[in-house]
Amino acid sequence: MTETGGKIADNIVYFARALRRAGLPVGPAAVVDAIRAVEVAGISSRDDFYWTLHAVFVNKRADRPVFHEAFELFWRERGLVEKMLELLSPVAPPRPAETEKPKPGQQRVEEAMQALKERREEEVFPEIEIDARMTVSEKEILRRKDFAQMSAEEIASAMRALASLQFPDDQIVTRRLVAATRGKVDPRRTVRATMRSAGDLILPQARKRKVQEPPLVALADISGSMSEYSRVMLHFLHALSSRRKVHSFLFGTRLSNVTRQLRYKDPDEALAGCSDAVVDWSGGTRIADALHVFNRDWSRRVLGQGATVLLITDGLEREEGADLGAEAARLGRSCRRLIWLNPLLRFEQFEAKARGIRAILPHVDDFRPVHSLEAIEDLVKALSTPAKRPRPAVSRAA
Amino acid sequence: MSVRPLPQSIDETLQLLNGAGYVADRSLATVLFLSLKMGRPLFLEGEAGVGKTEIAKVLSQTLDRRLIRLQCYEGLDVASAVYEWNYTAQMIEIRLAEAAGDSDRRMLAEDVFSEPFLIKRPVLQALEPDLNGPPIFLIDELDRADEAFEAFLLEVLSDNQVTIPEIGTIRAPEPPVVVVTTNRTREIHDALKRRCLYHWVDYPDAERELRIVNERVPGVRERLAREVVGFVQRLRREDLFKKPGVAETLDWASALTELDMVALDPEVISDTLGVLLKYQDDIGRIEGSRSKQLLDEARAELAAAE
Repeated sequence: MTETGGKIADNIVYFARALRRAGLPVGPAAVVDAIRAVEVAGISSRDDFYWTLHAVFVNKRADRPVFHEAFELFWRERGLVEKMLELLSPVAPPRPAETEKPKPGQQRVEEAMQALKERREEEVFPEIEIDARMTVSEKEILRRKDFAQMSAEEIASAMRALASLQFPDDQIVTRRLVAATRGKVDPRRTVRATMRSAGDLILPQARKRKVQEPPLVALADISGSMSEYSRVMLHFLHALSSRRKVHSFLFGTRLSNVTRQLRYKDPDEALAGCSDAVVDWSGGTRIADALHVFNRDWSRRVLGQGATVLLITDGLEREEGADLGAEAARLGRSCRRLIWLNPLLRFEQFEAKARGIRAILPHVDDFRPVHSLEAIEDLVKALSTPAKRPRPAVSRAA
Repeated sequence: MSVRPLPQSIDETLQLLNGAGYVADRSLATVLFLSLKMGRPLFLEGEAGVGKTEIAKVLSQTLDRRLIRLQCYEGLDVASAVYEWNYTAQMIEIRLAEAAGDSDRRMLAEDVFSEPFLIKRPVLQALEPDLNGPPIFLIDELDRADEAFEAFLLEVLSDNQVTIPEIGTIRAPEPPVVVVTTNRTREIHDALKRRCLYHWVDYPDAERELRIVNERVPGVRERLAREVVGFVQRLRREDLFKKPGVAETLDWASALTELDMVALDPEVISDTLGVLLKYQDDIGRIEGSRSKQLLDEARAELAAAE
């Protein structure tokens, strides 16, 4: 390798390290491959260089925006590509000016870069885990802390904890039959097994009902009073969406379906998608209207197959007049289980006094707090226990 | 036996449907013509009772083809949709072979897993050649089946073939005319929709609905038909949980004809509202003064038109 090549190789090593900190799975083998690829490709333009590294470092669609941001920051900000091109080619291309709004993934990459810069100044080379290991007591404190009182850093740890949460085991029996070791006789497999021994042995094979996780439908309030929780809730829904079927709806003054946006692998990208889809962040709430629209337009479409509904709202209805009780009752009747998650429940002396809360309460199967990691863990446990049906016909909150 | 020709234009398709008493609008005729011409499945989505299933029935009647219907339900699997072996007969065959001292396993397997022991279910029937031309294959209420079955249908719809492990791949010489209907109790996967031509079957407008009533309800009086249609059209603009479909309109018109009504009156409406609306909340909302109001509006419009 020439001296130039050596510099490029060094820079690729640093760049790979930055990518790793931003959460891409970049191992040492990939770094070696990248250096080799750059040599083989014989860089002549920035795009070529970009796509060469892209080919080696990116192997998931969700990683593309992160890689893009990292590349922009690492190579373009410092004019590194131009320097390299100068070294490698006689004529350097002009550098395009650009100003753009922050993209998903940028935040993470910038933090990673910042950390990298500091580390390079210190010339420290040993690898550090992305996750700063917390002590047990810190974890305990974090688990109980209210999301509304967390710092940005704590929120970030909370998000990570959410992503690694044990998910509920709330399976329901479907009508589809699958092969099993015990159960009713499965004639098809029995005949096949018999054929294997030319009819000498008749070995009864069994089948049983398949169990499946029912779909979840989340209705999350994103009005002003819920703003401290909206982001965390979205992260929770995103983590859920990656593992099972979740239909997510956000409502403030209007109802928007963000199911598809939450299926993006990268959490930042998913949340950016949600912000684009929703027009009324942190505005007022019209719970009754939102439930009415959901009941009319969506309930038949998403509440089949024994869905569980998570209604995430503080129940503080600002609009008078609409019949919240009737809408909540309809919602409760059309799903297998209605769980209301209310961050207000964190207060010891919480009493269902607000009219909206009193209207919804009689129709829910389960009423839980959702203001901290611990509460969410409890929710997951609650989901795993069978639903408490039938509901009491009498109103509980008089 | 000869194969009846497919319609050669949108107008011809429209005539074909109208001739069989199905009053269609042009958008439906267009998508139907394209689906027949291109050999692509037709994917019909819409509220219950707007005449989705009827389209397949009319097609089978007018083109003189076999109608094969697969009614979907939760837990529908290959055994009840595609094929099943006649296990009892197979077991007897195996025991007989054993008693006769035949122990050639390969021969026995070929014998037991052959056509005579195969019970054909709708999907397999739809792939079989027919003297009158390929059959009309109606996959009704696909949203009731689970996603695993939907994934299986992908193979059938895109390649017109199914694979039976013991026999091999059975391919249709000519693809059937496939009509898929769904009531949207679940969103169907994009991959399946991509292979079809999509059409949202909407409620008809007043003019078309009147033609449907006259076509389908024998002996309905003209004034009654007009008032019924006017009233139902207005009812659909109300904020109801379940709007009445065309099927409900026809039921209602037939019921009122049975009762020898010449025109609507508020009392009869409140007595027979259960034919139109199937939810207590909806009936409670419309009963009494609101229904009278709607009737007056409908009458005023009819009077203005005359």
